[in-house]
Amino acid sequence: MRASPIPWLSAEVQEIVPETPRVKTIRLAVPTWRGHLPGQHVDVRLTAEDGYQAQRSYSIASPPGEDGIALTVERLEDGEVSTFLTGELRAGDRIELRGPLGGYFTWTVEQGGPLALVAGGSGVVPLMAMARHRAAQASRIPMHLLCSWRTADDVIYRDELARLAGRGDGLKLTHTLTRSAPAGWRGYTRRIDREMLLEVLTGPDARPLAYVCGPTSMVESTATLLVSLGHAPERILTERFGPTGGSS
Amino acid sequence: MMGPSGEDLYRLDGNGAAGVLQEVFAVEMTTASCTCPACGRVSAVGALHLYGGAMGSVLRCPNCETLVLCITSGPAGHFIELRGILHV
Repeated sequence: MRASPIPWLSAEVQEIVPETPRVKTIRLAVPTWRGHLPGQHVDVRLTAEDGYQAQRSYSIASPPGEDGIALTVERLEDGEVSTFLTGELRAGDRIELRGPLGGYFTWTVEQGGPLALVAGGSGVVPLMAMARHRAAQASRIPMHLLCSWRTADDVIYRDELARLAGRGDGLKLTHTLTRSAPAGWRGYTRRIDREMLLEVLTGPDARPLAYVCGPTSMVESTATLLVSLGHAPERILTERFGPTGGSS
Repeated sequence: MMGPSGEDLYRLDGNGAAGVLQEVFAVEMTTASCTCPACGRVSAVGALHLYGGAMGSVLRCPNCETLVLCITSGPAGHFIELRGILHV
């Protein structure tokens, strides 16, 4: 079967913002962008001078309604696309992308809540688009966001997350650090487990919508725990990043 | 690559194949539902288990891992093997 076209769009890099030593946010102007839903992704395609092409998917970090889109990309040491995007790319450069893609792992305020969001490392990116969308809509839908990181230095969007949680509008934020914690850290210091999910997230009686995103192993163990706690399987949506999803 | 609990660390979600699915079917497919030919489980395409590689994408039932949809891509185009039932 011949492919039907999904157009590859030309995007110009407006700004590159370091988030952590291994993670950068890339703001892109995409003149023909037709809008997206929080949680969707794009395919990014790089073409070398000899014609070799490499393609990867990246979640959109920005909410709908802003000028352009933002991608937050974690550098994977063996990643031929992520090393370019986080190491070589400069403002004014152009890259090709197509999207928005994937209507399954999405959320808008019209869907209601409450929400139970669980992120492993850079799995926070599509969940951040949901949190930003919720704030932009002045929504007070309860949203609990549990983020797992290796160390405090790996926390993406640290200040913005703290600001969002400080608005007093129903967003509850919890971090856990799995490898090491700085002196004075009062949060969790272990991998996500049953007790943590019980303490942090809205319970199954409230029938929350759960979105779990991160490395495959973390996503599968978290989803299994949520089901064992009584959460409805059809209300648990997962997005697995594979084995190298990073800083969980 | 297997994880500590025997899970396949390369397993992804059907949602991740949204781009190639849209190339093939010309519409957004991850919110379409499909029925497993073996166990009858009805799932969103985005919730299928995705196993990918340079040659293509294999989508399996999240309940019993039976093949539902396979897309092989090459210079001549896409080859689609559909075992389940798609409700578009």
